[in-house]
Parts: sequence; structure tokens; C-alpha cells
Amino acid sequence: MAVIEVRDLYKRYGGIDAVAGVSFDVAEGEVYGLLGHNGAGKSTTVEILEGHRRLTSGTVSVLGADPGESGREFRDRIGIVLQTSGVEKQLTIREALRFYGSPSRDPRPIDEVVEMVGLTAKIDARIGTLSGGQRRRLDLALGIIGRPEILFLDEPTTGFDPVARRESWQLIQQLCAGGTTVLLTTHYLDEAEQLADRVGVLAGGRLIAEGTPEQLMASAPNTTISFRLPDGISADQLAVPPDAVVEAGVVRLETEQPTALLAVVAAAAVECGVELVGLSVKRPSLEDVFLQLGDDDHDTEVSR
Amino acid sequence: MSWPSAFTLVREQTRYQILTFMRSPVGLFFTIGLPLVMLVLFNALFGDGTVDTPAGSWSVQQFYTGGLAAFTAVSATYTNLVNMVPIRRDDGILKRWRSTPIPPSIYLTGWILGALTVALLGVVLQLTVGVLAYDLTIDASKVPAMILTFVVGVAAFAALGLAVAGLVPNADSAPAVANATILPLAFVSDIFIPLEDPPRWLDLVGDIFPLKPFVNSFQNTLNPLVDSPGFTWDKMAVVAAWGVVGAIIASKTFTWEPSTSGSKRDKRRRHKSPAASADFSG
Repeated sequence: MAVIEVRDLYKRYGGIDAVAGVSFDVAEGEVYGLLGHNGAGKSTTVEILEGHRRLTSGTVSVLGADPGESGREFRDRIGIVLQTSGVEKQLTIREALRFYGSPSRDPRPIDEVVEMVGLTAKIDARIGTLSGGQRRRLDLALGIIGRPEILFLDEPTTGFDPVARRESWQLIQQLCAGGTTVLLTTHYLDEAEQLADRVGVLAGGRLIAEGTPEQLMASAPNTTISFRLPDGISADQLAVPPDAVVEAGVVRLETEQPTALLAVVAAAAVECGVELVGLSVKRPSLEDVFLQLGDDDHDTEVSR
Repeated sequence: MSWPSAFTLVREQTRYQILTFMRSPVGLFFTIGLPLVMLVLFNALFGDGTVDTPAGSWSVQQFYTGGLAAFTAVSATYTNLVNMVPIRRDDGILKRWRSTPIPPSIYLTGWILGALTVALLGVVLQLTVGVLAYDLTIDASKVPAMILTFVVGVAAFAALGLAVAGLVPNADSAPAVANATILPLAFVSDIFIPLEDPPRWLDLVGDIFPLKPFVNSFQNTLNPLVDSPGFTWDKMAVVAAWGVVGAIIASKTFTWEPSTSGSKRDKRRRHKSPAASADFSG
């Protein structure tokens, strides 16, 4: 059952469509990633779903209600983790969770939430003394204190170092395992790949692709084979097809049949008695797919 | 599961506001400490004099304690709200509250009751120091008038504070707006200087804006020349009218969303020097 339904959503600011006809569904318990560059329409879409902004046209339903019209009941059932939202530095973690949980009908016990995000040792520390990573954990804790059925995560790891990102991912994965529906925005493709069951790619206010991370990658199936061209050997001698790219002595081959091609090239190399230095066979990353899709969209924008 | 009762919600919100305020040393000093310092200074400088008013003359000690107590109440409400609401708005704290199921009216009630508590603390401290150190006499029969004047004034200045906070474009300009609105008025409102025979236009300015009517109403409850019960109804009506205007403006201008201007760097700088540090009005 879909707990979020978006149909032909438009949001216009001063004659420009920030969101231009977006439709998607998020099923109960699903982790859905909205992926896109800055200005692609992610934040606008999510803020409409959270009830922070009104839509221009289209229909949106979250937990069976119109977020623009719903009040207290609706906000009790959602949780929002916003990177840009501050919290009172004078309070301790325990105090902040107590105050921010107090309007909810059934807040989680503070000790339980603190345990979930791994801040037990810091529970009575002033928020102003926490490290950046601990602050993120607190943000998550504040997002889930009211037992939300849907959790909105707005760019949960933007600005993190690699270790902090991995930690956050683990934390989010643990939370998702509890069956909470999550709508996540990100411009990191590896993040969507890690966390999301399904991904919608936004560019220029439009949803230009949607699917599981695997499906999205399969939509650009070419595998890249690359190696350094040995001295004194031409590309032709190695049976490299004519569409190959040779740049600064490095050969790059895109193919849908990497096994067959590699067999031919490798056999030729062995025959010439040379070793292929730096030989690699790479599957496309989601990033490659995404950038390609974004570029395509950009091209159509320009040509219009 | 049922909703928490309105009483519980208001209690938690008020506690939250008082706790965050009490842990802001700078705000605490300017709101509570500085008026006490002024009380001591003014009494040291002018303590033996008398204030002449059309009704007769009375001691400077009684005059200053009442005026500075009223001014403390205004700092705790108006000045603090104009400073703190835009800071929390720009920090995204208001937006965070907006994403909880708190009813907006209860959230605002928390701000107002928190400010009222701080005002009460400040006024009681002023009067205590006045009684203990400066022979201030409090006429028991005029205490009801004092309490009512305090409540009307605090409610009105809290509403005005929320109204101006809604009009302030961003947190960086909030302290300037708070000071520019309250300080000049304070000088023509019988707080720092008793105005004996001021130019007519200055008198008029003082009477139109709500600060002088509130200060005079409060001073009257301590003025030995004013008979019991000591209600100054016409001036309290001016204060109340301003409060109603403030509440109407606040209900139209209040917003949960941070202003888009102002970079992250500005925000960090602001945390190091809390806005109240630019506020020497309280």
C-alpha cells in the first residue's frame, strides 16, 4: 500500500516551475531515495510532502491526507530530519528529547532513543559540546522521538567525512529495519545505492528515471575495459575495435559483451608477447548512469 | 493514545523557555542584572533628591525603583522576544518545532509565559532591593493595582515583541531594531530621567507610545502622592490598546521559516557573540 502518492505535482515560483509534473509512489516500509543535483526540485518536493510548502497544482497524499491541509494529527505521524535546523545549544540531549517529544501522543522513551543512536554516554551533555557526528545522531534522535510512520531525511550526510557517512548509513539502515517508511533526498549516488530500495532521479523539476538502484544501472549496461597501450604496439595489433578511445596512451573500450571482447584483446596481447598494464574491467556506477541521464535531460532543455 | 493535555503542553513549553533563557548568561545579565546595577548607580548619584510632579514632590528612591522595575519587565518581554525569536527562526529552531505536533497557540503561549516569568523575577528582585536598601515603602492596599498593571504591561509588551520580531527581516538586524525602538523611548518615559516640564512634543511622544504610560502606571502604585487603590486606568488603556495592535500584527507576521538571507558563517559568528550582547537597553 502506498503511504505517499504524488501525482503530476507542480510548484511554480515566479513563473519558473521548480517542480514540473512529478509523479511517484512510496510503499509502506519502503526506503525511497530522491536523487538529484542542487536545484533539481528535491527539497521543494519534500517540503510539500512535509506540509511546509503549498503545491501549485497536482495532488499529493501522505498517510491518506493532504499535507498542506493537515495539522497536528499529521505531524504526529511524520518525523523530519533537516540538516539545516538548529537546536538549542544550552540544553542537554535528555532535555532536548524531552521537550521535543512532549507534544507527541506516544513519544519513545528517551533512554531508548538515545540507545538507538548511540548517544547514551552523552545523554546529559550540553548540545553545544557535541561533535559534528554526535549532532547528526541527535538530529536523527529528534526525528524519531515521536515514533513517526514516515521519516523524511533531507540530505542526511551532506558535508560528512567518509567515516561519518558510513556511520550514518549504518544508523539509518538500523532504523529502516524497524519498518519505518523513509523518504530520503541526496545528491550522492552511492548513498542512494546504499540506503534506498527504490530511487527516483530528478532533474530540472522532472522525474527522469525511476527504479531500484540495480535497474537504474542496468539501463546503462555498457562495461568499460581499459588498459595502457604497450610501447611499440598499435591498437590494431591488439584487435581493438575502431570505436575505442585512445587517450594519453590509455585505451578505453565500452562494450555490452565484456567477456568476449576481453578474450579477443587478451589473446592478441599474448600473441604479441606483451602485458596489458593497468587492465581493468568496470561496471558502471550509479553515478555514471545518473550523470548521463542528467546530461540527456540538459540537452533536451537546451534544444527546445 | 490521547494527546497530552493543554496544561501539560503549556507547562513543558514554559519550562523549556525559562530553562533556555536561564542558561544564556548574557541575556540574563542584560535583563536582570543591568537594571539592578542602574538602580544602585542612580540611587548613589541622585539618592537624596526629590522628584517634582504636578501633584507634589516625592523621593527619587521611590521614583527610580518603580521606573526601573517597569523597565525590567519591558526588557524581559519586548526586548528579549525581538532579539530571540528571529535568532531561533534563522537557526531553524522554529521550523523544527513546526514539524512537531505542537499547536502554534501553545508554542507562542510558552514564549509569553517564559518572558512573563523572567519579568516577574526581575521586578521582584528590583522591589526587594528597593525595600531593603532604599527605604522603598510598598502600600499593601495598592498591591492589586501593581499586579494588574504588571500583567497588562507584560502581556502588551510580549505581544509587541512578537509583532516586531515578525517584522524583523533577519536575526542580524534584531538587536539594532530592539534598541532603536526602546532606548530613545526610555529617555522620554520617566525611567532614567524624571522629565520636569519637557517640551510639549516630547511629552506627546512619550504619551503616544506605550512605554511611558506603563512606567507611569507602575510608578503610581509606588508613589506616595497617589491614593489607594492606585489604578491609572487611562494609561493602562493605552498600554492595553498597543498590546491588542501588537497581537494582531504578530498573528499576521509570525513565520516559522528562516529568512533566506544571511550565510551560515553569519550564523556561527552570531553564536559566539549572542545578540543580547549588543543590547544594553535592559
